[in-house]
Amino acid sequence: MAVVSAEAAVRARGVPRPWRLIAGAFLAGSLLVGLGVGPVGIGVGGIVESALSHVPFLHVHTPLSSLEEAVLWQIRAPRVVLAAIVGGMLAIAGSAYQGVFHNPLADPYLLGVAAGSGLGATLAIAYGHVGTSGQLLPLASFVGGLTAVAAAYALGRSAGAVRAAGALVLAGLTVTLFFTAVQTFVQQQHTNTLRDVYSWLLGGFSTATWSQVAVAAPYVAVSSLAIVLHRRVLDVLSVGDEEAASLGVNVSRLRLLIVVAATAGTAAAVAVSGLIAFVGIIVPHTIRLLVSTSYRAVVPLSLVVGAGFLVLADVLARTVVSPAELPIGVVTAFFGAPFFAVVLRTSRSMR
Amino acid sequence: MIELRSLSIRFDGTEAVRDVSLEVAAEEWVMLIGPNGAGKTSVLRALCGLLPFTGSAWLGGREVRELGRRELARLIALVPQNPVTPPELTVAEYALLGRTPHLGYFAVEGRGDHAAAARALERLDLLPFAKRGLGSLSGGELQRAVLARALAQEAPVLLLDEPTTSLDLGRQQQVLELVDSLRGDGLTVVSTMHDLTLAGQYADRLVLLDRGAVVAEGEPQDVLSPAHLAAYYGANVRVVNGEGGTFVLPVRR
Repeated sequence: MAVVSAEAAVRARGVPRPWRLIAGAFLAGSLLVGLGVGPVGIGVGGIVESALSHVPFLHVHTPLSSLEEAVLWQIRAPRVVLAAIVGGMLAIAGSAYQGVFHNPLADPYLLGVAAGSGLGATLAIAYGHVGTSGQLLPLASFVGGLTAVAAAYALGRSAGAVRAAGALVLAGLTVTLFFTAVQTFVQQQHTNTLRDVYSWLLGGFSTATWSQVAVAAPYVAVSSLAIVLHRRVLDVLSVGDEEAASLGVNVSRLRLLIVVAATAGTAAAVAVSGLIAFVGIIVPHTIRLLVSTSYRAVVPLSLVVGAGFLVLADVLARTVVSPAELPIGVVTAFFGAPFFAVVLRTSRSMR
Repeated sequence: MIELRSLSIRFDGTEAVRDVSLEVAAEEWVMLIGPNGAGKTSVLRALCGLLPFTGSAWLGGREVRELGRRELARLIALVPQNPVTPPELTVAEYALLGRTPHLGYFAVEGRGDHAAAARALERLDLLPFAKRGLGSLSGGELQRAVLARALAQEAPVLLLDEPTTSLDLGRQQQVLELVDSLRGDGLTVVSTMHDLTLAGQYADRLVLLDRGAVVAEGEPQDVLSPAHLAAYYGANVRVVNGEGGTFVLPVRR
């Protein structure tokens, strides 16, 4: 029958196979660059053989010296893995916020989530004495981030349509400024912990450890899984709240659920890496330009490409002014701000 | 198929719809007509659960208020007057959105869903357009794509809010003929309609609303009288009942 053969044409595009391979290769390449580049250069072959030597029963012997082994697995690997987790999380959270708020400029940083998470964490460090690597830090950070995004959304809605990209971003900025002011006040009151907080806030992975990876990974895993599972519903939301409701979607519950998931992951990322801007804008929009605007493509690819992107940004951060380091937020802002300007210009034609 | 009893809708203290009672039989096509602001669209929106109302509404023997959102969307499909059509979405992807009420919360479309969307596209001659972006379609093609999404919902009731606005004369007829033929597949249709001559030809029954209340109801030739149209539209018209329906001709005063 004609209909049977036609079914093949009636498919959602999802992630086209070539782009799966490209995104996978990009992430793998970024990881190898991140592991190999540094004051002690390690070749790709060395990294692969050393990795295989840690697999039992393979009987591969590492070609690296014990110093190189230590640099690779105790210094660089946690750093690269942490950057990948944080980058993937910020990018997929950005795509989720953009979907539920119908707003191309939504980003964890611009919505105030990052500032809120920062404040939550700072309060925990200053008053709760949890230290900068405690298990409680992501939780405090989550409460702060959720407060911030709720405030930004309420403010943006009262100021005008949330669909109007400008209103939500201005609301996010207002929230960010206020939270930053409170943050500065708290820091001034606690000069003894100020240095800790400050170096943490600037963002970066220079002190990354496997224990930080262990703190962030569960949150990021659950949060990004939740967002990936909602990728089809995010497409349904693209026809607007009312039509989505007429298709049987409980729009307000869905929005709450996705915002909570994205904020939990972002908060965990902020708790281990400080404030890193623009990843949530650059990565999803690049995918929209190159692959497709369907969230079935944007959401999963954001996770993979965001991970690779932040690993490369971190390589730049530690090599450009070597032996010193740039804060990674400086690197992402350097690329992100001009990119944001481009999105702002084109978003006038977007709904 | 549809039964409304004293349906009333309030917006910010004013009554947009007052005491509307209406019955629509299976496979019937009932059109709601009336001047701007008469409450036609509000009735449609209340029926698909988008507006709170008082009174009662029944769909296939079940009370609308007691149906869950997904259940309701499996019984009733809405084609809004100005649908949001993301230009980058393909026609196939857009039609597949209609499968949402049939899918589990985290599920993606399976074989049955692809088949249903394909049937909808085939029915509306859109299969050759399946992979085209919505942004590249003409007005008539786009309206058919929106209909395809509603058909993919496989609901027994189809609500159309002004299905012919922004279409040229030929496309208007094409779309209405299509809708008419869909009734043969077992669909019950309720639509709002601006164009009274088209209403007089395609509707089985007309319901004339004015300021939220039903003021006339029945066969087109009875509802579309010069007296009614003068009283409720403030219009001066000549009505011709001829072969194929009732024709309303505006006449200069």
